[in-house]
Amino acid sequence: MTTQTDNPPAPSDERRSWLRDHSELGVCVLLLALGVLVLTDALTMDVDITQRGPVGPKTVPVVVGIGLLVVAALLAVDVLRGGRGQAETGEDVDLSEPADWRTVLLLTGVFLGTAILIEPLGFPVAGALLFWGAAFALGSRRVDRDPLIAAVLSLVTYAVFNNLLGVPLPGGPLMGVL
Amino acid sequence: MDALNSLMDGFGTALTPVNLLWAALGVLLGTAIGVLPGIGPAMAVALLLPVTYGLNPVAAFIMFAGIYYGAMFGGSTTSILLNTPGESAAVVAAMEGNPMAKAGRGAQALAAAAIGHFAGGLIGTILLVALAPTVADLAVDIGAPDYFAIMVLAFIAVTSVLGSSRIRGLASLLIGLTIGLVGLDQMTGQQRLTFGSLQLADGVDVVIVAVGLFAIGEALWVAAHLRRTPGEPIPVGRPWLGRADVRRTWKSWLRGPLIGFPFGAIPAGGAEIPTFLSYVTEKRLSKHKDEFGKGAIEGVAGPESAASASAAGTLVSMLTLGLPTTAVAAVMLAAFQQYGIQPGPLLFEREPELVWGLIASLFVGMVLLLALNLPLAPVWAKLLRIPRPYLYAGILFFAAVGAYAVGGEVVDLVILLVIGLIGFGMRRYGLPVLPAVIGVILGPNAEQQLRRALQISDGSVKGLVNTPFAVTVYVVIVLLLAWPLLKRLVVRPRADA
Repeated sequence: MTTQTDNPPAPSDERRSWLRDHSELGVCVLLLALGVLVLTDALTMDVDITQRGPVGPKTVPVVVGIGLLVVAALLAVDVLRGGRGQAETGEDVDLSEPADWRTVLLLTGVFLGTAILIEPLGFPVAGALLFWGAAFALGSRRVDRDPLIAAVLSLVTYAVFNNLLGVPLPGGPLMGVL
Repeated sequence: MDALNSLMDGFGTALTPVNLLWAALGVLLGTAIGVLPGIGPAMAVALLLPVTYGLNPVAAFIMFAGIYYGAMFGGSTTSILLNTPGESAAVVAAMEGNPMAKAGRGAQALAAAAIGHFAGGLIGTILLVALAPTVADLAVDIGAPDYFAIMVLAFIAVTSVLGSSRIRGLASLLIGLTIGLVGLDQMTGQQRLTFGSLQLADGVDVVIVAVGLFAIGEALWVAAHLRRTPGEPIPVGRPWLGRADVRRTWKSWLRGPLIGFPFGAIPAGGAEIPTFLSYVTEKRLSKHKDEFGKGAIEGVAGPESAASASAAGTLVSMLTLGLPTTAVAAVMLAAFQQYGIQPGPLLFEREPELVWGLIASLFVGMVLLLALNLPLAPVWAKLLRIPRPYLYAGILFFAAVGAYAVGGEVVDLVILLVIGLIGFGMRRYGLPVLPAVIGVILGPNAEQQLRRALQISDGSVKGLVNTPFAVTVYVVIVLLLAWPLLKRLVVRPRADA
């Protein structure tokens, strides 16, 4: 567990720290919601004459939906009994520090921004902004080097995909000028 | 002999200048990506999937094979010089390789690993040539119930063999199956989980799921826990082995594949178990038992050779049965689906040029890798110093390129991000990623085979178990499920003795 605190919890904090210790229950809630969603979608499906054979388009979604509900319940039991999912480790992962949500939010924002900008600005510009923005969010502050690397990477990738591999990417106004 | 002739034809395909170029490019990319910390072979292949949109299948798979083997070669460099293995299969290489590097024998550790990979890959691929056509012949008559049984086996195996918690594996599988349901039902055209959206009617592209879970999920997860000071790689010279080292390691190189290959072919989690078994074997057989833990060269040579051979074993099940036993195989299966090719027993009849070209290029790739890795290891090691912000920004960048290239739709980028966030949550709460990917890739296929089998049998459940093949597979599944119980029965008497 990464979220354990060392100091003994004050009574008012007790509830919060219990929730933090059992945050995995959130996964159960999501699985439950997903199960309900899949089941509702399956059961409201109007299956008409198009069905051939005994197993129609409903069967598998119903099985998957029920499976999700069962797994949500089993996982909840496991968590309440003290079971914990092992957070993934890796070469650059340091689990001794609490999660850095600011970086994750920034990266998510940068990525969404790219999705919005890719059509009006074209891939070379949007891609460069994505790389620079992501590097910035991850803590790189080299204003002289970062934009340059971003621009070169983005232009080269555009050229390789668009011109060499024949996978079209939007050039945007910049490519129109060049 | 038939296989030999086909293999010769395969070399004819693989050795054309263009395909040789793709093999070399794949090997280079694979090694570079494998050396980069934080990127495993599965993410490497997933990130490079979009390249397939512009290539013919033969060239694409020749390149993928190079990437697969190259990433494994490169991965051992990271574990030996950095001692923070990113994937469980590389843990063993770090156990002996890193102490060796610390003691100034990094060059020998890298050489033992590189030659180990070469020997393991070579022996494994020879076994692949010998066995794959036979397996394909045996399986050539299999029908819908058999395919369904194989896919159920894949589902059960990834959820119950991998990872520490079956329930979390199952949760991951169900998430994958749910994503696989989105879109029009293949048999009736019924809309499922599309919520009336036209964009979702085509379903979620497998490439987006693979890239989202492997690349975006991983990048976000690392970003949340980025090590403030990345590990400092140990400087190393050109790999070489003295005569005494060769005398100690040649048997290990040959023993590794015998353990690695069979484990790669069965759905038992890829290279993780065989590398560990090989390590234990080498330790038991070594004349230098006291050196283990402090840098015994056999402990690098054997497991690395086993790892490469298990990759070849993985290809046997993937090509002949369409059964992916590792994450890389799952992503490669997705690549096959992109081309509308169904791996399975008929692949050898229908696409001989592709299959044998691919196998022949494995041999070509291995020679190239050995030539690249022995002299150039110090150059590759420089990649370990890449600033982490650039590394993970680059992963996000290429993931975006890949997802956008699928269909040129902005909504795909949003779906990619959502799946990436799911991948982030899965890493946080210990849900393994592989079952979800397998669920997305095999789910729709499994449903189709199930319904086809039941149509033939007119709805009778017996239609699912009316062939010896299917029955055998179900027996294996039952054994897998009962294994924890059986293990208790088997292990206890032995412990008493």
